[in-house]
Amino acid sequence: MENALSELASHIEGELSTEVIETKIAHGELFVEVRADAIEKVLVFLRDDSSCKFQVLCDVCGVDYPERPQRFDVVYNLLSLKHNQRVTVKLKTDARTPVPSVVSLFPTANWFEREAWDMYGIMFSGHPDLRRMLTDYGFDGHPLRKDFPLTGHVEMRYSEDEKRVVYEPVSLVQEFRKFDFQSPWEGTEYVLPGDEKATEQS
Amino acid sequence: MAEVQIKNYTLNFGPQHPAAHGVLRMVLELDGELVERVDPHIGLLHRGTEKLIEHKTYMQAMPYFDRLDYSAPMAQEHAFVLAAERLLGCEVPRRAQFIRVLYSEISRLMNHLMNVCAQAMDVGATTPMLWGFVERETLMEFYERVSGARMHAAYFRVGGVHQDLPAGLADDIRKFISEFPKVLEDISTLLTENRIFKQRNVDIGVVTQEEAMAWGFSGVMLRSTGLPWDLRKAQPYDVYAELDFDVPVGLNGDCYDRYLMRMEEMRQSLKIMEQCLDKMPEGPVLSEDPKIAPPRRADMKTSMEALINHFKHYTEGVRVPEGETYTAVEAPKGEFGVYLVSDGTSKPYRCKIRAPGFAHLQGMDFLTRGHMLADASAILGSLDIVFGEVDR
Repeated sequence: MENALSELASHIEGELSTEVIETKIAHGELFVEVRADAIEKVLVFLRDDSSCKFQVLCDVCGVDYPERPQRFDVVYNLLSLKHNQRVTVKLKTDARTPVPSVVSLFPTANWFEREAWDMYGIMFSGHPDLRRMLTDYGFDGHPLRKDFPLTGHVEMRYSEDEKRVVYEPVSLVQEFRKFDFQSPWEGTEYVLPGDEKATEQS
Repeated sequence: MAEVQIKNYTLNFGPQHPAAHGVLRMVLELDGELVERVDPHIGLLHRGTEKLIEHKTYMQAMPYFDRLDYSAPMAQEHAFVLAAERLLGCEVPRRAQFIRVLYSEISRLMNHLMNVCAQAMDVGATTPMLWGFVERETLMEFYERVSGARMHAAYFRVGGVHQDLPAGLADDIRKFISEFPKVLEDISTLLTENRIFKQRNVDIGVVTQEEAMAWGFSGVMLRSTGLPWDLRKAQPYDVYAELDFDVPVGLNGDCYDRYLMRMEEMRQSLKIMEQCLDKMPEGPVLSEDPKIAPPRRADMKTSMEALINHFKHYTEGVRVPEGETYTAVEAPKGEFGVYLVSDGTSKPYRCKIRAPGFAHLQGMDFLTRGHMLADASAILGSLDIVFGEVDR
């Protein structure tokens, strides 16, 4: 299994040397990182090449790493029924640069890309119908971004006075509590408020 | 008589419609009674499961998986624990593996019973629903006896299952296995050769192999086109590799084939369950590695270390090494995948849930085009949609 995967990895790297940035095998799975603008070419190759035949696109999703300049990963999970193999293709992008849509190659990507747009605000160029997918009609923001609060910004209730559903800012009796369970002997930083001023001067 | 230009008619199907299987709103564009275009609006049951999971430890995240496809809860748990185990690289005791497979198959029975009977109801037959749900109740009792909950069991754990089977349960499951084929036969008598049922299902919603692959179909939807693809056979997990069972495939890819396959899959599930009970060894049901599973209750009462260990498990949780994985199981509805990214802490950094129903519902547009309005509910029934997993 591992052998077949590393063979496949070197085959992909050999054929797509300019498009592929890195390949990695971990836990018996193959991960391929590619340049964002080359995603269509890579997926066409993976779909049509006789030793790949990744004809099923299982999943497209985003991952958010806000500390990076290119904060989003877009992850494509492909499955080859012929060779019984999986490959995960990844690319990096930011909130402004659109990623070429792959709907023309895999029609199933349509909803998955809509979902990634909805949840992360990742743009897909050439997508036929980039509407929101899972969130409410008229929703504002991209909820799966790491800087979007877990509680959200608005809450909804039925107003007896107005005889309709109204949206109001979230008001919580108690804030969502986040505990820090790091053991004190495993690198907790003890920061006393005001301490940072002392280090600045010295 | 002068010809009259008739405008297309737009119809809202759902979100409150008994045949919508939940909260689906479909905007149908009709030309007379022919469906021209379908635009499913989903997300009315969106609960932000993926966001919530990012704020929970692995053990706390697990119960959310019951609430995805609530007609087969444990199949989803299975995908998540397998993904976490792959990142942890931990061994699962054999008895636990058998119990997990046993319960995955019980879930499959629950799901298919619900789907077959609901599909029959969608096309006008009420009796199968009533008969099927009696049996479903028995299966839920099996859930209750291991976990205390009829549906949202939260029974699987990273590294095994929570508790061993209680005394007498194995015998009752065996009794069920011997009696259930009779019920299946009864339901089959009502439906398989039923003229109305066939008229409503044969040659409706036909999928070809190319379409099924291009639209990311899996499970029964994919196999109905004649492709023998089952993850339990192709990429076996837990002890599926040791078990003997057949995978039914369809010939025509229509709704009727999918019904027949679900009936056959139920018979095969019984076979798997029986083998699980026969082959199940004695032994532990949860990993004994203190880094992975909490200590047993009895140890906690006597050992200080076990108590501390327990406390750490239920507050901080298990730290999962950095890495990522896409792990999929053959859930009753199709390939249920979990793309799990860990950053080395005790909470998942990202957990994307790949629900089979999401891809299937997307195919609703091309499946229904050119069919009559009444066929829309038959096709929807055979797609096996549950909104818990589609909307997440």
